[in-house]
Amino acid sequence: MIELRDIHKSFGALHVIRGVSATVEKGEIVCILGPSGSGKSTILRCINGLESYDSGAITVEGAKVDRNSRSIVDIRARVSMVFQRFNLFPNRTALENVVEGPIFVKKENRTTALERGRDLMARVGLAGKEDNYPGQLSGGQQQRVAIARALAMQPRAILFDEPTSALDPELVGEVLTVMKSLAEDGMTMIIVTHEVAFAREVADRALFIDQGVIVEEGPAASMLSHPRHARTQDFLRRVTHPL
Amino acid sequence: MQQFLSDAVEFLPILMQGVKLTVIITLGSLVLSTILGLFWALMRVSGIWVLDRSTRLLINFIRGVPIIVQLFYIYFVMPDFGVTLTALQAAIIGLGIAYSAYQAENFRAGIEAIDHGQIEAAQSIGMGWFLVMRRVILPQAFRIVLPPYGNVMIMMLKDSSQASTITVAELALQGKLIAASTFKNTSVFTMVALMYLCMCLPLMYLVGQLEKHSATQRR
Ligand SMILES: Nc1ncnc2c1ncn2[C@@H]1O[C@H](COP(=O)(O)OP(=O)(O)OP(=O)(O)O)[C@@H](O)[C@H]1O
Ligand SMILES: [Mg+2]
Repeated sequence: MIELRDIHKSFGALHVIRGVSATVEKGEIVCILGPSGSGKSTILRCINGLESYDSGAITVEGAKVDRNSRSIVDIRARVSMVFQRFNLFPNRTALENVVEGPIFVKKENRTTALERGRDLMARVGLAGKEDNYPGQLSGGQQQRVAIARALAMQPRAILFDEPTSALDPELVGEVLTVMKSLAEDGMTMIIVTHEVAFAREVADRALFIDQGVIVEEGPAASMLSHPRHARTQDFLRRVTHPL
Repeated sequence: MQQFLSDAVEFLPILMQGVKLTVIITLGSLVLSTILGLFWALMRVSGIWVLDRSTRLLINFIRGVPIIVQLFYIYFVMPDFGVTLTALQAAIIGLGIAYSAYQAENFRAGIEAIDHGQIEAAQSIGMGWFLVMRRVILPQAFRIVLPPYGNVMIMMLKDSSQASTITVAELALQGKLIAASTFKNTSVFTMVALMYLCMCLPLMYLVGQLEKHSATQRR
């Protein structure tokens, strides 16, 4: 469903992505792990065209991702994104955030969009918070609104860029719970995360990236329990036992 | 004081005609400068090099020429090119263009103050450039630019007096004409000053409120 073929990307002289190839099937959940600065965010951002890539090809359901083409708008509507810092629209209520895309991008009927928006708010466990502004919600609640906003576009896949890293530890669980329920519903997801236990349990596959290349990949449960590559082992040890 | 009050009663009707023109010029040029300024600002942030550069050049050009010279140009030179305007029209257009440069820079600063994550979030739900502007950036930038916008309104109200140089009998020129024919300089110009002040004070109060409001609204 999502295919990356030999992607390269540089920021000036900095060669950040150095030949990444990967395929994500429909309904598959892929976790990306790797040290800071290894290029995880950049890969996600290339997939929905927030960033351009220099060579190689990315396709989403067969359509080539080209940031400078009009088709990118359509691809973004099909591949939603959830950000580390939530990026909710602060001047709109939670429900307005959720229905913004359906009403103004997809031109859905206002009443049905609002109805569906309320359902989505309930689905992420936020029934009753529809009229709160983002500033009146906790980080965990904001991130769940952001997930509802992504779902509202009825995407074929969702990209998560460290969705829980900006949260206080006690709020991480509520967001992971929502993501797990999406996984159970068969949503295609690519998740950049340092939550190894979550990845092991929920993901089908894991990719370990270091310095812009995929160092190791495999079924999440086995790879994250018994990594073969020394760099993966080292990274996982540091993430799970910081001391 | 007695004398001043009786003068005031006598001259007020004539001066009020000047006030009317002052208000018309101010509102007219405010609308024009806002529309033009927003247009320039959007060019500046379009991300298209040619539009950005040429607009920046234009803005610097407008800012580099005194308002009074721009007014002369529009009123006295344009007729040579077949464009004849009434003095009032020329005043509104001249001030509108002159102030569009300041409006543009204010709007651009407001737009650029919006967190880049907002733009990415908007793009990630499939919004194109215009929708991102209309639904996400401009509504948020609006709150930021409002206080400085109020200040521009005050400056425009006062600068509308420059229209007197191209024969528009707004408040300042009306005062000057009365003073010249009655020699009651003190009474007349005191009144003129007070009348400008009366128009500015509510605006200043408004700006103060807006600044207080935006200070408490910050996330
Ligand atoms: N817009 C940019 N301009 C210049 N360099 C950039 C830009 N975005 C990212 N980089 C650089 O590219 C490299 C990879 O960045 P990226 O954000 O993809 O890493 P990451 O794996 O997501 O790291 P983290 O875990 O810290 O989020 C880093 O060295 C970063 O400094
Ligand atoms: Mg990152």
